[in-house]
Amino acid sequence: MAKTRDRGTAQTAGNPSGLPSLPGLNDDIGEAKRLELYRSQVEIRQAEQRAYDLFLQNLVKGTSHLSLGQEAIAAGFAVAMKKGDLTFCTYRGHAHTLARGVPIEKVLGELMQRDNGLMRGKGGSMHLTSEEHGVMGSYAIIGAHLPIACGAALTAQYKGQDFVSVCFFGDGTTNIGAFHEALNFAVIWKLPVIFVCENNLYMEYTPIHEVTAVHNPAGDRASAYGLEKIVIDGNDADVVYREAQKAFAKARAGGGPSLIECLTYRHSGHSRADPAKYRPEGELERWKEKDPIKVYRERLKQFGIRQNVIDDIDKDVLRVVDEATEACKAAPNPPTDIIFTDVYADGGWAWRN
Amino acid sequence: MAELTYRDAVARGIAQEMARDPDVIFFGEDVAKAGGVFKATVGLYEQFGPRRVRDTPISEQAILGAAMGAAMTGLKPIAEIMFSDFIAVCFDFIANEFPKSRYMSNGQTKCPLVVRTGNGAGSRFGAQHSQSVENWCMMIPGLKVVAPSTPLDVIGLLAAAVRDPDPVIFFEHKSLYAVKGEVPDGEILDTLGTAKIVRPGKDCTILALALMVPRALEAAKRLKEQHGIDCEVIDVRSLVPLDTQTILGSVARTHRVFTVEENPRLCGWGAEIASIIADEAFYDLDGPIVRITTPHIPLPAADILEDMVLPTVDRIAETVRRSLSA
Ligand SMILES: Cc1ncc(C[n+]2csc(CCOP(=O)(O)OP(=O)(O)O)c2C)c(N)n1
Ligand SMILES: [Mg+2]
Repeated sequence: MAKTRDRGTAQTAGNPSGLPSLPGLNDDIGEAKRLELYRSQVEIRQAEQRAYDLFLQNLVKGTSHLSLGQEAIAAGFAVAMKKGDLTFCTYRGHAHTLARGVPIEKVLGELMQRDNGLMRGKGGSMHLTSEEHGVMGSYAIIGAHLPIACGAALTAQYKGQDFVSVCFFGDGTTNIGAFHEALNFAVIWKLPVIFVCENNLYMEYTPIHEVTAVHNPAGDRASAYGLEKIVIDGNDADVVYREAQKAFAKARAGGGPSLIECLTYRHSGHSRADPAKYRPEGELERWKEKDPIKVYRERLKQFGIRQNVIDDIDKDVLRVVDEATEACKAAPNPPTDIIFTDVYADGGWAWRN
Repeated sequence: MAELTYRDAVARGIAQEMARDPDVIFFGEDVAKAGGVFKATVGLYEQFGPRRVRDTPISEQAILGAAMGAAMTGLKPIAEIMFSDFIAVCFDFIANEFPKSRYMSNGQTKCPLVVRTGNGAGSRFGAQHSQSVENWCMMIPGLKVVAPSTPLDVIGLLAAAVRDPDPVIFFEHKSLYAVKGEVPDGEILDTLGTAKIVRPGKDCTILALALMVPRALEAAKRLKEQHGIDCEVIDVRSLVPLDTQTILGSVARTHRVFTVEENPRLCGWGAEIASIIADEAFYDLDGPIVRITTPHIPLPAADILEDMVLPTVDRIAETVRRSLSA
């Protein structure tokens, strides 16, 4: 059983390697955070790779949308979050859910539609939700969660609470009305919400530049709402983490929303059904050179972290993923009586007397 | 006791709930400083201030999405969609988001909100500002759907809707805003999922909603006076939850049923009720269930045309008389 990690507690300040801090590591991020950023990315990578393998074995049912290649964004933001901050993500939300500390077993269990799944199979891979971890849902209708994140931010503002709502979405989402409505709403009410566009260059199968009036789908729209244009390298967890910290500070200080476009690339197809044949030759290979995990391993080495520390993290995560896989394989299917629970707040489904 | 219009009852109901619970907030287009395009929310901004009563941009998706996000995180929002026809531009929230989040999350997510909206014909506004769309919402598992017909019910059902832990779509009828009714002083709280027998009778049951309730009552009065037919009129009030017990109890006494529906005929709310009665009370019936509805057409704007298509007192009375004498 994977351990629940809590990003907001003192645990994050420890040094998981158990080694004394090396000189040179104490830049603004520091060794402990870097190892946390690395581990988070590796967890997402390995859990999703396992999800893909399980799909090939016919054990992951339904659909699934992987973030392979986009892990730095989920990790960078989640590590910058405090306990109580809220995540709103899309159907491509395994990464964001795991990054908040939701156990891998719970996520794989939901993908395998077992009783140990995060929602016991009632939601499926596109709707991962774990409110206790601040994961306020994964939304499969493009754009819907941007206004919803505004509403959660309104609660924070209204009640004088200092949590921030973070809303992740794709490049394609910048062309739907709800995106524009939500940005305007967030700005006029100065809401503590961060909009994070993961520009992976494609909507489903169509290159985003073919269907978008501007070069940077989010960045070039920012000025229409009086926001700063922010476009960053979404494959570098340090860059993401630093930008996230700025946006959190702004939101918590009452400065209102931010819109951040992170440039990235998905290594796999749009969903499990997509072999991604539409990509020009060499594009994937070029982006794999900038694989966020590869980039970050180099980064750790530059900062003097020993190879064995990195290897130990990889091995430990693999162990957790293996254990989660076995637990899911052994888990029963959900009981059929849950079909009729939680339609209404009384726990049932009665619509008449 | 005071005489209040349906319009003023809306403001009183909202004010009652906002005064009771600081987590209740209210927003929509032109609802705050202007008091609403139907003047149903006059005075709330002055009473509760700009933090709690807010004007929004023309962004129906943002209005409903923000209401949902606020509801999920501890507030009790009341959101206004000016005309119910506009539900079509934010239907995602009504059809996919509000009613499914609790279920999909296996009970983790809550969504205690109210969407108030101006429904129905009579203003000669044409096909995009006159519809009765309560049936659009009735068909979605996870929603509750209410449509009051009197000022008293506006306050009581609105209060119940605000206090309800589920998403409630609250249909106010535009042609009832000017109607007056007696309303007692003090707090008023009703119960969702309850129909009301507004006129007892023994010869047939007429089921009606919103604007159709006063018309059914008028028809019943005429049928009694002119033909000695004694109609029981039930104000259905709440489509979800549906008070089938009150309806089936009435059918067991009168043995004939008529529905009076403003929504266009296909899949109107009365179709579901007719099907329930046919399933569960078939042997109580002495004749077919008859649905009196707006025909399956978009609504015309011109007054003489609009008046012809909505169920009228004449049409209700004539249909009942003919059916019972057949
Ligand atoms: C309203 C709506 N339209 C279309 C779809 C189908 N659809 C699912 S994912 C997707 C592409 C979204 O692209 P993007 O926002 O770039 O996100 P990515 O999948 O690349 O993460 C589309 C068109 C949908 N789910 N919802
Ligand atoms: Mg994309």
